[in-house]
Amino acid sequence: MNALRPLAVFAGLIALWQAIVWAAGLPPFILPAPARVAATLAERWDFLFAQAAITLLEMALGLVAGATFGALCALALAQVPPLRRWLLPVVIASQAVPIFAIAPLLVIWFGYGIASKVVAAALVIFFAVTSTFYDGLTRTERGFLDLARVMGASPWRLLVHVRVPAALPALASGLRVAAVIAPIGAVIGEWVGASAGLGFVMLHANARMQTDLMFAALFILGVVGVALYHVVDLLLRRLIPWQPVTVSQD
Amino acid sequence: MPDASSPAFSVSVRLGRVGWRDQTLWDSLDFTLAGGQWTCLLGASGIGKTTLLRLIAGIDDSADAAVACSDGAPLRGRVAWMAQHDLLLPWLSVLDNALLGERLRGGDRRGRRGAARDLLARVGLGDKCDARPASLSGGERQRAALVRTLMEDRPVILMDEPFSALDAITRLAIQDLAARLLAGRTVLLVTHDPREALRLGHRIHVMSGKPARLEPAQLPHGVPPRALDDPALPAMEAEIVRRLADSAGAGR
Repeated sequence: MNALRPLAVFAGLIALWQAIVWAAGLPPFILPAPARVAATLAERWDFLFAQAAITLLEMALGLVAGATFGALCALALAQVPPLRRWLLPVVIASQAVPIFAIAPLLVIWFGYGIASKVVAAALVIFFAVTSTFYDGLTRTERGFLDLARVMGASPWRLLVHVRVPAALPALASGLRVAAVIAPIGAVIGEWVGASAGLGFVMLHANARMQTDLMFAALFILGVVGVALYHVVDLLLRRLIPWQPVTVSQD
Repeated sequence: MPDASSPAFSVSVRLGRVGWRDQTLWDSLDFTLAGGQWTCLLGASGIGKTTLLRLIAGIDDSADAAVACSDGAPLRGRVAWMAQHDLLLPWLSVLDNALLGERLRGGDRRGRRGAARDLLARVGLGDKCDARPASLSGGERQRAALVRTLMEDRPVILMDEPFSALDAITRLAIQDLAARLLAGRTVLLVTHDPREALRLGHRIHVMSGKPARLEPAQLPHGVPPRALDDPALPAMEAEIVRRLADSAGAGR
């Protein structure tokens, strides 16, 4: 039943889409019918699959790079308080400048290949990871810290054995958000300058009024995004089994 | 495992004023923990019992706390602390929690595993060594915390109402267990439960008033843990409750 629910929602959305096409009598280059998009998807599957693989690779590498950099950033901020005054403004500024504005620079610096997209994805991801993990690291339960102090823990061992594990559920929240926003960085990177990837396909399909191809690429992007989220979610549930879920999700 | 070779030292505590702006918890508190005995500090909630323990333990250094041991060595590093909450780390197994001190000091965890298993078995948690704390009952969790405290193997134990969240029957059982396992150590137990103090304490101080003062120690007869049906207990309990109630009335 639980597995059917998202399918039912999906089918409902397709039906609504079809209904709008019929009711408004829109031409295919404005809004193609679902069947037409499905046909394009099937027809150009090999091409689309290859492009999707590139975008997925960019997102996955961006996720790993962004999460690693974000987590290290949070650890540095939590462990070296003076660093906060110096590093935090830089971190915030990196988020205040829209990724759209930086993306052309990234292409100049890192080229048209996947490197610039990985960097773009990592840039939009790392702040979510830094801020949630840092938050978790600074909110260790008072009693744990007191106990560790009486036991004579060194700051380093306290960090490794108490503060980091206690902050992992917070880090997990950041990683879930990161998995969802990873496509933003990758696709924007592809829009600005690329020779492959779903963003590149969409840009060119749009310019040529190939709306059906555009929708097919969008569809794949959506599926990839949802899949990425669920893989990350599943991994986190496996790795952090003590994470308390105190309010029923159903 | 009290170390019989070194005689237990006593600890004298002298605390300066603790308070915030015009709220004063106490102006000064003086008392002594007799070596190898249980000293119980009885007081109502909010009187500052937890603050007092934190000051002695060195967790809180916001106020003057002169703590002197009769053997001349500092107390730091010779205290174990057991709080109201069990403070078991949810990501570690019961066994690993029992060995937390070794983990945090980079000590010999492997070598002490056997001792931890034995102790866990003695408190009835022999089959829970590999379980996570979340699967334990409140009484089991507090027993695991007791084992963790014992594994520290420190001469002085500070206890902050560690049994107050347990039901009556479980509480009695764990009080007996603690009295047995901690025999010979110097223990300071703060509690709001007169019966607990009367069962476990060699010396009992009542802490009352606002700002709080300590009354001279009472020394109930007999050896702890005293039986619930000890004929002397009800009269003493009634007397202590009366004094606690008086001071609560005076404080308002």
